[in-house]
Formats: sequence, structure tokens, C-alpha cells
Amino acid sequence: MIYYTEDHEWIRVEGNIATVGITDYAQSQLGDLVFVQLPDVGATVAKGDASVVVESVKAASDVYVPVNGIVTAINDAVAANPELVNSAPEGDGWLWQMSLADMSQLDGLMDAAAYAKHIA
Amino acid sequence: MQNSVQKIVNEAPFEAAFESRHIGPWRADQRAMLAALGLPSVETLMSQTVPGTIRLSGLLDLPDAASEADALAELYATMKQNVVLKSVYGQGYHGVQVPPVIQRNLFENPAWYTAYTPYQAEISQGRLEMLFHFQTLVSELSGLPVASASLLDEATAVAEAVGMAYRHSREKRTGIVFASDLHPQTLDVVLTRATPIGMAVTSEIGTDTACLVLQWPDTHGVFGDHAALIAKAKAAGALVVVVADPLALTVLAAPSTWGADICVGSMQRYGVPMGFGGPHAAYLAVTEPLTRLIPGRLVGQSVDAKGRPGYRLALQTREQHIRREKATSNICTAQALLANMAAAFAIWHGPEGLAAIAMRVHRLTARLAEAAGVKAHIFDTVKIKVASSTAIVEAAENAGYLVRFFDETHVSVTFDQTSTEADLLAIASIFGLKVASQAKPLLPASRDAARFLTQPIFHSARSETEMMRLLRKLSDKDLALDRTMIPLGSCTMKLNAAAEMMPVSWPETANMHPFAPAHQTKGYQVLIDDVERWLCAVTGFAAVSLQPNAGSQGEYAGLLAIRRYHHSRGDISRTICLIPSSAHGTNPASAHMAGFDVVVTKCTDNGDIDLVDLAEKAKLHADKLAAVMVTYPSTHGVFEEGISEICRIIHAHGGQVYLDGANLNAIVAVARPGDFGADVCHMNLHKTFCIPHGGGGPGIGPIGVAAHLKPFLPGHVTWGTGEAVAAAPYGSASILPITWMYIRMMGASGLKHATETAILSANYIAHVLEPYYPVLYKGGKGRVAHECILDTRVLKDTAGITVEDIAKRLIDYGFHAPTMSWPVSGTLMVEPTESEPKHELDRFCDAMIAIAHEAQKVRDGVWPAGDNPLVNAPHTAADILSDDWVHPYSRSVAAMPDGRAPDSKYWPPVARIDNVHGDRNLVCSCPPIEALAS
Repeated sequence: MIYYTEDHEWIRVEGNIATVGITDYAQSQLGDLVFVQLPDVGATVAKGDASVVVESVKAASDVYVPVNGIVTAINDAVAANPELVNSAPEGDGWLWQMSLADMSQLDGLMDAAAYAKHIA
Repeated sequence: MQNSVQKIVNEAPFEAAFESRHIGPWRADQRAMLAALGLPSVETLMSQTVPGTIRLSGLLDLPDAASEADALAELYATMKQNVVLKSVYGQGYHGVQVPPVIQRNLFENPAWYTAYTPYQAEISQGRLEMLFHFQTLVSELSGLPVASASLLDEATAVAEAVGMAYRHSREKRTGIVFASDLHPQTLDVVLTRATPIGMAVTSEIGTDTACLVLQWPDTHGVFGDHAALIAKAKAAGALVVVVADPLALTVLAAPSTWGADICVGSMQRYGVPMGFGGPHAAYLAVTEPLTRLIPGRLVGQSVDAKGRPGYRLALQTREQHIRREKATSNICTAQALLANMAAAFAIWHGPEGLAAIAMRVHRLTARLAEAAGVKAHIFDTVKIKVASSTAIVEAAENAGYLVRFFDETHVSVTFDQTSTEADLLAIASIFGLKVASQAKPLLPASRDAARFLTQPIFHSARSETEMMRLLRKLSDKDLALDRTMIPLGSCTMKLNAAAEMMPVSWPETANMHPFAPAHQTKGYQVLIDDVERWLCAVTGFAAVSLQPNAGSQGEYAGLLAIRRYHHSRGDISRTICLIPSSAHGTNPASAHMAGFDVVVTKCTDNGDIDLVDLAEKAKLHADKLAAVMVTYPSTHGVFEEGISEICRIIHAHGGQVYLDGANLNAIVAVARPGDFGADVCHMNLHKTFCIPHGGGGPGIGPIGVAAHLKPFLPGHVTWGTGEAVAAAPYGSASILPITWMYIRMMGASGLKHATETAILSANYIAHVLEPYYPVLYKGGKGRVAHECILDTRVLKDTAGITVEDIAKRLIDYGFHAPTMSWPVSGTLMVEPTESEPKHELDRFCDAMIAIAHEAQKVRDGVWPAGDNPLVNAPHTAADILSDDWVHPYSRSVAAMPDGRAPDSKYWPPVARIDNVHGDRNLVCSCPPIEALAS
């Protein structure tokens, strides 16, 4: 199941693990990304934290943690090649994975159809 | 015969008033512009533009205008009152020999000093290249891989480094530990800056320590043994900040080799005079992982559209205009002109020449040290125990020397590039010492001279012919005010008149140490008193501080004054700073540094501050309201009618009104912030008062305050007070004569005419271009202030032509682009200033109209969207002359769209620079020659 936030993050949930990235719409608004700052593996993060930053040459944007949990993995490939976020934002351009502390926090998020409506 | 010649001279008209030289469109032109606007008089225009409630009725209380010759003579008589002794004072400021080839061809050359900050990379390659050499030099000196394009002074650079350490710890570590004694002025600024963000000095290194700071050599002149402390800091995860003398570093092991994470210092002794405190460039270099925390400007190498190398400002998303309160610093500018002088100084002397200067200084020092029985590791400074410091200082003064009074029983002597054998002997005799003909060196570990500054540029210009041509070659790549109008909105690129510049080079101005005693600096005191008094008259305030050495520093000093005022009344909970969404990013960045929490207020659809929202938020936060920051006229270039009401609302809720003086050029002699309700206001002397932009600095950002805030202006350790915001008590004092000359030559009436003309010219441009580009914001009566926002998004919508395409195409027409995508994305903001003549305004309008017609051809399909003169702009000579011209438009359309003769044509040295490539592949210094070879 993939969820979306109003701040243009997507969350793919498999079991207790969520993979997080920014949406295709978000990358198109930012333009060519030149830098991605990822969280530390093992960090405890809370919904609304802005500990991740993505930058293009003209804009810097915080990526908000959509749900509480602990960071279990980060995508080193995007740190080395930020353009991955432009070319495959919802695939190889994922940002980090995290364990979910509270599954109920997913309830307030949008599905693909609702998100499509949100950005329309 | 002789009589008739005499008669002609007598009857010749006297020298035209300076204002007629400063103001571009004179009487007939102004009448034509008014006619185009359908206005009978300037007075009618002003009544339609400036709200009647704030308009000043009379003239400013300033002396009558003086001619250029009279003003120069008057100022010279003043500055002659300075007694310039030979300085061996040290404490961060040193005598220098400015190479005449650099003085004349760079420092005194408008091609270098009238350029703007190099945001538009394609027309800035010359100064970007020199700044790149500066970064390479700093990187070599420090041994650290990433160096920035300069900071404001040594003291603020140390404060910035401490701030970096804080942010590096994600704002969790707040401790600062000093391993050695800093210069007092540095310590003071570090404490000023650390306190509002919750940092404090501690004596022990622990898990809360953000950084260990050590000065190399320390303020006593000694290189201490800090190995154990550095190891402890590293083990605790703290950063090591080294404040190092860059002349000493030419012969010493690079700080990176013994643990420095950040290295900072002043490049003043690289050929920039002391100037009573500034301006000078400070340097900053860091390890690679700290790159994105660097405050201020960073020049990087990228490629242009044809794959050729080119320079640009890199990683701008760190800066306040994008990050706002999350920026790495509020620093907007650098000290580009002075950094370029320092780089040229290093190129001129080369590594062996620099080392020779360092060793000559050290040999003199070592001989004095040996005679005085000083045995520590030292470089240029000997601290000597004496029976009475006062007696020694007096004896030195009688012999023509300025020594440093350390305490009642210690005096120090610091030698520099200008020191001679005769100086050594004279100074030794003052102390009753006898020096030997040579002495053992007292330096710590040295560097491998063969591997220092091996880059070809530092071996390329040893003859004056070569240096003169290098400086000409680089400046020829750039567009400065000596070639074209620079219509940058919010930047006020007005004339920097030659008569204003000349006093900066006078020895009485240039060679004064900032800590010389008052009886030696009488000329400077008169100059400073005049400028302070006149700026009070201009702003309507009770007091002015000239200390802030950039606009951002003025903002910071003004907010600190407000903070201290609230604290003095026990109002310690007032921490909320309201900032309209239209504010420049520096405002929230400064507020954050001053320890305030930013609350953003809304703007209405027409760009004005939303008074309802402002009132609601002021009321909501009434208990915690510290201040509002308002730009006036607004960042949108409009005189908002509600300004008096804004001041009333904020005061009613216990807050103070900070007025951002970025747009002061629109109100000088027309309205005064102190009259319409502001409590503090900063002025950019580098905009409104004619200090040139220097290609990205220097600037001066003094603040004016109402009487109740006067006790909270910046102090200085040399005044027995503290809480300074800059290293020197009067900041960049040596360029104050520029502002003095401007005000003295314009007088109250000339300043009023300048403001009126600036507003007339902006309205004229808005009127001429409105049919092609909608003017985004206007006041209630349809007028703009001193600048206008052209909505170029119409070309994007109709033809796919972006604001960047327009900006770059303007280069082909020989123009520097207006301010791009600020304050509104996708638009251009145009500020003509009063200095541009009407024919130049017309040439600019013609170019903008021609570009609209070119976009029309793209829209009509005459030229394809992906291959037209707009998207391919700018066009280099190499591309135009290439044998394989394959575009659907002719070479002459590409190169001479307005039919300008090639002899007056500006040829950009590179095609469009690839910003994405530059940020993804950061290169910010030239590698050493062995790396190039491999």
C-alpha cells in the first residue's frame, strides 16, 4: 500500500517497514536536484520532523517525516546521485526506510487517487 | 594677449554643480520623461507616489552643496589632522605595501570596483576567476580543501566558524572552549554572537563542546602547544577552529596537518591598507564534510552550454535569500574587492616572494625577541616586560612609532612588510635593548616550500607588464558600471563618482591603525562625526552607529539593540519577530541569529502587507512581541499607504519597528523613517550613499536609532564597552569618505533631486515597458517607487521563454540583467537609479521590447522553441565566428540584435553556465600542479 502526504512525500508500507520518498510532482516543482541530506540510520524520528533536506540549484526543501519510527536504512545511491530522485522519484530515488511506531498514523494519509486530486 | 586669456577664464561659467554630474537625466530629459508620463511636474509625480502623511515638508538639515574641488579640499584639511605614525601595534592589523600595479589597475579601477555581486555568471567571469584564485590561495595556506570567497573581517569570521560548529552539532552543542587568548576584539564579537543563540564559553572540553578555538599565533604573539587539547576535542567530537595569520602560514605547516577543521583569519596583510579598521577580506576554509555549512559566498567551477569551463557562485541554496531563517548565516555579501586585491598580491609575489616577506618579518622579530629574552615560538610579535608601559608608549610616539599597550607592565611590538632595519634599531633603543645582527629563528614546524602554491597562476605575473595585462584581461570579461547600466532592483547601482573615491587612497585615510589613540585620529573623528550627524538628519533618528560592515550586520545590530532594550526593561520574554512574507531572506536569517522566533505575516494580492493579519498576529503574540521588520518602500517597489498604521499597531502591542533600509534611495530627503514611526533602521551606504559594490563587497550597513535605543548600539572593547558586531570600532572606516563626499557635494537639495529622479526614471521605465510586460505592483495612484517589477511570465506562458532566457539575452544587447526572480519568481525587478541618463534608459527599454518581439517569433513558430536566440543566449564571439553556424537565425541577429557597432559590443567570454553541473560536481579551488599532472 502506498500513502501520500499533503507535503508531497510518499510512504510505501510493507509489514512494519515503510519506505519514504518525494513524489514525482514534488521533484518536478523543485527541478534538477543537486543535493540530498539523509537522516542517520538508527535515529528515532517523529511525525513532522524536518531532518531531511533536498536541494536544487534554486530551492531547498525540507522533507517531513510522515510517521513516528526509527530509521532502518538510507538510500546511499541518491546521496551520491541526487538526479535519481528526478529520474525515479517513486522508485530507485527513495530516500529512507523506517520502522513504524504507530500504524494508526497512516490513517490520516491520502491514497493515490486522493493525492492526484490534491495536486490537480 | 595675456589679458584676453585672463578675461576668458574669468568669464567662463563656474564649475557645474556636482548634482548635475551625478544625476543622469538633466532638465530637458526630465521634462521629456514627465511628458511621457502625462505629468506637469516632478511635484505631481511625487504627490502621486509618496503618501502625503509621511512626506517631509522642508529640506534636510545638511550643509549646502560644495563643488568637487571644494569638497576634496575640505576633506583633505580634515584628514590631515590625522597623525599617522609607523604602526608596530599589530593585534590583527598590519602595515602593508600595496603594489602600485594593483592599487592603480584594480583598487582604483572602476572596471573592478563598480561591478556587482557575480550572480549573473556569464558577465562576471573575470572577478569570479580572481575569487577562485583567492579560494585556491586560502586552501593552500590552510591545507583545507574548501575555501569561501571571503567574509567580512576576522572577528566575524571566527563568530561564523563558531556558528558552523553549532549547526554541525545540529544545534545541540553549545560550548565554546578557547585554547589560547584571542585578540580582544575577536573575543568580544564571538561573545556578542554566541549569547543570543544560547552558546557560552566553558573551560573544559566535554560532550557539550561545539568547538575548540585557538589563535595561531595568539594575541601575545605566541604559538602555543595545543596538541593535547586538540586531541581531547577530537575525542569529544568537537570541531577545531584555528584563527591563523596567513603571512605566517606561508612558512608554517598548514593547520590541516595538525587538526584544524575550520581555519579563518584576516587577509588584510596581503596588500590591503589598515584603513582605520577596514574594509578587508577575512578568509574561511573547511574540511569537505563541512562544505554545506559554509556561510556566505563560494565560487565554483562549472561548464557552459558548449562544455567550456566557466565559474559561478556555487551552492547558493545555503544562503539566506533561499533558506531564510534556516540559512547558514545572514551573510549576503563578501569582501570581493579586497579578496581580489589579496589574490592579486599573492600572484604578484608568488610563493617564494610571500615566504621571503614572512621570513624578513620574522628575522627582525627574532632579533628583538633575543634581545628582550623572549624564548617562545613566535612569528612577528614580541611582548616585552617593561617598568612602565605608559612611558614606553610615549617614548615610542616621540620616535614616530605606534606600539601596543598590553597592560601596565607589558608592551608588544609587531613587525610587518614595511618594517626595516632602521625601525628595529629605533624600537630596540626605545626599550633600552641592543639587538644582535642575527638571531635564531623561533618558528614552530615549517611547511614544504616546494609544494606550496604550485598552481601556474601564482607563477604567471611577476613582471608589471604581465600583471597589468592580467588585471585588464580579467576586468574585460565583466560588465560593470563603466560600460553599462546595471538595472538591478533592490541594489541601487548608482554612480560612484571619482571625486568620492579619491580620498580612500590618501595615506592619511589608508594607513591609520584602528586602535590608534584618539589624539592621533582627529581627522577620522571629524569625518565620523559629520557622517553620523548627516545620517541622523537623513533618517530623523537620534543616533547612528557606523560599525556594522554590511547591511546584514546592520540588521543584526539593530535587532540586538531591540533585544537589549527589552531586556533592560525586564521584558525578557519578548522574542517574537513579525516578518512579512515579502521580506528579503536576510530579515528572518538576522532575526534567527538575534535569538528571535520568526512569525511570518501575510501580504495582500496587490503585494502590500496585510494589515488585518499583522494586527491579529501582533495581538496574538502581544506578550511576546519583540519587533516587526518592514522594508520601506516595500520589496515590491511600492510606497505602502499603511506604513504609519503598521508602526502604530506594533507599538500598541509593546513591539519595536525595525525598518529595513534596503530601499532608502527612494525616500532620502522625501520622508524620514524616524518621523513616521520606525525605532531603528539600517542604511546601505553601498547603495544609497555611493560606496561602490566592489564586485560583491565591501559594504557598510550603519544603523540609526531613536533616542530610547541609543544606549543599546554596538560597543567596542577599545571604548571600554563590549557587544561589538564587527572587529573595528567604526567598521570599514576608510570608505566613509565616499559617503561624506557624496552628501557634501549634493547638499540637501541635490539629495532631494536625486530621489525624485530615481522615482521618475523608474516610473518612466514602467510606463514604456507596460505594454509588453505587465508592471506587477503599483501604489494606489498607479505609481511605482524607485523600482518596478516587470512580469516576464507572459513570455513564458505564450512562448516558453523563461526569465532566465531574457536575462541572458540582455547580455547580447550589452546589458547586465535586472534582479531575476526576486521578490517574485519568474519576474525581473528594474531599478534605474538617478544616475542613468535617459538615452541609457531608452536603450534598455528598446532591448526589452526587442526581446518581447523575439519571443513573439518563437510563439509564431518562426524560430523553434529549442533553437532561437533567446534560449541560446548569451552568444560568445567564438560561437558566432565558428565555421559551423547551424541555427535558424543569422549571426548578426545573435550578436548585434540592436545593430550596435561591434567596436562598442560586449562579448561574453562564456555561453550560458550550467548551474546544475556546478552544484553536482563542486570544484572550488585549483588543485596543486602535481595533482594536475597525474
